[in-house]
Amino acid sequence: MVETRPFLTFVTHLVLILGVVMIALPIWITFVAASHDDIRMTQAPIPMLPGGFFWENFKRTLFGSGLAGNEITPVWRMLFNSLVMALAIAGGKIVISLLSAFAIVYFKFPFRMGFFWMIFLTLMLPVEVRILPTFEVVANLGLLNSYWGLSIPLIASATATFMFRQVFLTIPDEMLESARIDGAGPMRFFWDILIPLSRTNIAALFVILFIYGWNQYLWPLLITTDSDMTTIVVSIKQMLEAAEQSPQWNIIMMTAMLAMLPPIIVVIAMQKLFVQGLTETDK
Amino acid sequence: MLSLQIRGDNIIFASPTSFAGSDDPMLKHVHFNKVLLPVLLVAPQILITLVFFMWPAGQALYQSFLIEDAFGLSREFVWFENFQYLWHDEIYLQTFWRTAVFSALVAMLAMSIALILAGFAERVIKGAGAYRTLLIWPYAVAPVLAGALWVFMFNPTLGIFPFLLEKINIDWNHYLNGTQAMGLVVAAAAWKQIAYNFLFYLAAMQSIPKSVVEAAAIDGAGPLRRFWTITLPLVSPTTFFLLVINIVYAFFDTFGIIHAVTQGGPANATTILVYKVYSDGFVGLDLGGSAAQSVVLMFIVILMTVIQFRYVEKKVEY
Amino acid sequence: MASITLDSLTKSYGQTEVLHHIQGEIQHGEFIVIVGPSGCGKSTLLRMVAGLETVTSGQVSIGDKVINDLEPADRDIAMVFQNYALYPHMSVEQNMAYGLKIRKFPKAEIKRRVEQAADILEIRDYLKRKPRQLSGGQRQRVAMGRAIVRDPQVFLFDEPLSNLDAKLRVQMRLEIRKLQRRLGVTSIYVTHDQVEAMTLGDRLMVLNGGYVEQFGTPIEVYEKPASVFVAGFIGSPSMNFISAQASKGQLTLPDGTTLASNTSANGPVTLGMRPEHLKQHGSGPIQLEVDLPEQLGATTLVHGRISGTELPITASLNGIHAASSGDVLRFDAPVEQMHIFDAQTGKRIE
Repeated sequence: MVETRPFLTFVTHLVLILGVVMIALPIWITFVAASHDDIRMTQAPIPMLPGGFFWENFKRTLFGSGLAGNEITPVWRMLFNSLVMALAIAGGKIVISLLSAFAIVYFKFPFRMGFFWMIFLTLMLPVEVRILPTFEVVANLGLLNSYWGLSIPLIASATATFMFRQVFLTIPDEMLESARIDGAGPMRFFWDILIPLSRTNIAALFVILFIYGWNQYLWPLLITTDSDMTTIVVSIKQMLEAAEQSPQWNIIMMTAMLAMLPPIIVVIAMQKLFVQGLTETDK
Repeated sequence: MLSLQIRGDNIIFASPTSFAGSDDPMLKHVHFNKVLLPVLLVAPQILITLVFFMWPAGQALYQSFLIEDAFGLSREFVWFENFQYLWHDEIYLQTFWRTAVFSALVAMLAMSIALILAGFAERVIKGAGAYRTLLIWPYAVAPVLAGALWVFMFNPTLGIFPFLLEKINIDWNHYLNGTQAMGLVVAAAAWKQIAYNFLFYLAAMQSIPKSVVEAAAIDGAGPLRRFWTITLPLVSPTTFFLLVINIVYAFFDTFGIIHAVTQGGPANATTILVYKVYSDGFVGLDLGGSAAQSVVLMFIVILMTVIQFRYVEKKVEY
Repeated sequence: MASITLDSLTKSYGQTEVLHHIQGEIQHGEFIVIVGPSGCGKSTLLRMVAGLETVTSGQVSIGDKVINDLEPADRDIAMVFQNYALYPHMSVEQNMAYGLKIRKFPKAEIKRRVEQAADILEIRDYLKRKPRQLSGGQRQRVAMGRAIVRDPQVFLFDEPLSNLDAKLRVQMRLEIRKLQRRLGVTSIYVTHDQVEAMTLGDRLMVLNGGYVEQFGTPIEVYEKPASVFVAGFIGSPSMNFISAQASKGQLTLPDGTTLASNTSANGPVTLGMRPEHLKQHGSGPIQLEVDLPEQLGATTLVHGRISGTELPITASLNGIHAASSGDVLRFDAPVEQMHIFDAQTGKRIE
């Protein structure tokens, strides 16, 4: 801050607080709605201050079957499905990307550039635009309603490969030379030197990919017809549809909160890494 | 120098020097000379890419040249007929323009709010971190959840906003009023994207050397004037980058929001291209038409990637 | 025995040959310095010995064994890099132990060797630290320690002191020399700094444009430089070069001055005189018109021209001299300290 005018400081904080309120309002309303009983939530206007039913709703939602009279899978099961999917996507992407980035940066082999361009092409095709044929492939492989089907088709993208390639290119050549003189072979170099040197980037990318995986919607919506395999994010939509007949907003909003919480916790807890991974351009 | 940014699953290159052209700038000068090992190392990724990307994309392309009945009993190769049909389809063309308007609104809203907040947050010395923490979390919220939150706040019978709007004689019902429905999805989509834009603007502003701003202050420029004449031009590469990212976001990632809030309605008022691919393909079972729409979308993605690739990284020299 | 033989060693990148038939015998325990300007191929030569660059043609051997196609790890060498190349995520101890660990040395033996090397280099207090917590000089020591623990047949140094400040450089130079004497390991040391080259090497290999200009002891290189290039490169301040006509043992300078000499050459030659060998003498034949005196304290460098010409010449005088611009000083050119080179080839003529 160049000037220290009190009025300007006041305006600055005022605007920022307004911004925070605007950003936080939907989440506040969700929290409030999740803390009232069924009856209160059918009366307009809905409350703006928390009620006393938070823990009761919490237990009902997490261990019950969500909406009353709707025999769907318990919410904890859907949370678990989401967790498996998010971890598989994040972990899978990181592993295959580390390997292929290592191959592309540190080896000279036939069709290297061909592979590189093939990976680059996948950048251009978000899952939404090739959804139908991808669905057919997964159906033909018998992967509908499985964790494999939920995660593997989303593992194949170039994001992480490009980032690791970039990271590896910034590691000085002398690291490899030194390791070779020390007698390390390619895989040893990979484990002992490259992986530890990329640790921060791996962690940052993990945050981004975990959120990406957790928040998948269209793909799990299509390939999970068995309600035991549904993810928490998908279930919200089903609850909203049910809400048109018998609104149980307290339970829906509690479910929404449970669905939002894990990625929000990850983002806030690993904020520094996450911001660095997202915005850092060169190291 | 290469810079690369991540948008959800997608990544956009900012520098053409990264790998295009010349000999082989992306290989280490010192490298291993083995053949089998690297092929094994890339194999998992290549395999998944082939099975779940190349093959489906090829299928989409192939299907876009077919007309198939809803039961898959007969199919006919029709060359570009599906595309010609799209070209003359009033509903599709309207969807196209609606998508453009939707994207522009989302991008403008999300970017301008983020810019203002970042501009102020940059001035704060104490507590900047706290503001950042409080502003970034919508990034972690799934689009469909964002949709659920907003649809609840604007629920015509229960929602808090229709209740307030009624007091100023506005009758809110996005299930019936197309404009209101569009307004709602734009708001929900922009709300979710502000966090992302804010992070990039803040990072860009923090990288402007203090001395430049101080020099402007000594030259007599007040805070507002400095923002317009110094900060804004210096973050323009970020603005361009975010513009592309936001448009791509609005095109593709907002599917969940629309699906939760309006399902494309009322009367298609909020159907955008991605939503139409889904509804024509999975709901309407018009495979050829849906595939042709997919192909059009792929071209749009490629076009945006190329734009990003070629123009973004005109780094500002300090 | 760890002698090293370079036999007609050649390196090409595509069509461009960067090292041309390098020939050299290095004795066991010898300290060889490869010196030359940047781009002369000295680092490439060292890296070929290390196995980090492939050999285009010719042979490198250690002892009796041709090592052209051996992996760097199998050559029994250790290398100290210009930027040290310490593994940033490992402690000093782990850095030093890494090569031994890969070679599956017993834990106790690794510990013993690391501690011994740490004692020699006086870095015992830093063993648990990470490289980024060390100063430049300390990192330099760790890099040397990493080389020592392996107890290799050959040490290779790639400009290891160029990232240090001037004072530390002098100190480390001495330590490297003492260490190498103590361990008696055959060493090749690459530098562009001629002072380092003169002080460290048992012998110097002066490289220029991918050719060996001269391979000899520091004194030989200083006293009998084999070419104009070597003569100009070694020695500070640089040697003066004046083109001259030789006939019957006499040299005629462009301004008409004649000098006695013992050369048998006839025709155009290049006369080289080191500034410190010009003897100030009231009736000396060389007349130096002063442009600028530089007072260094112990000596005074007088930069000027040979009177009546634009030919630059520098003389080095002991102590402080109050010469000012425009003064004319006269010098003798002692016959035994003249260097005569062929005007065309630049080669030394005896």
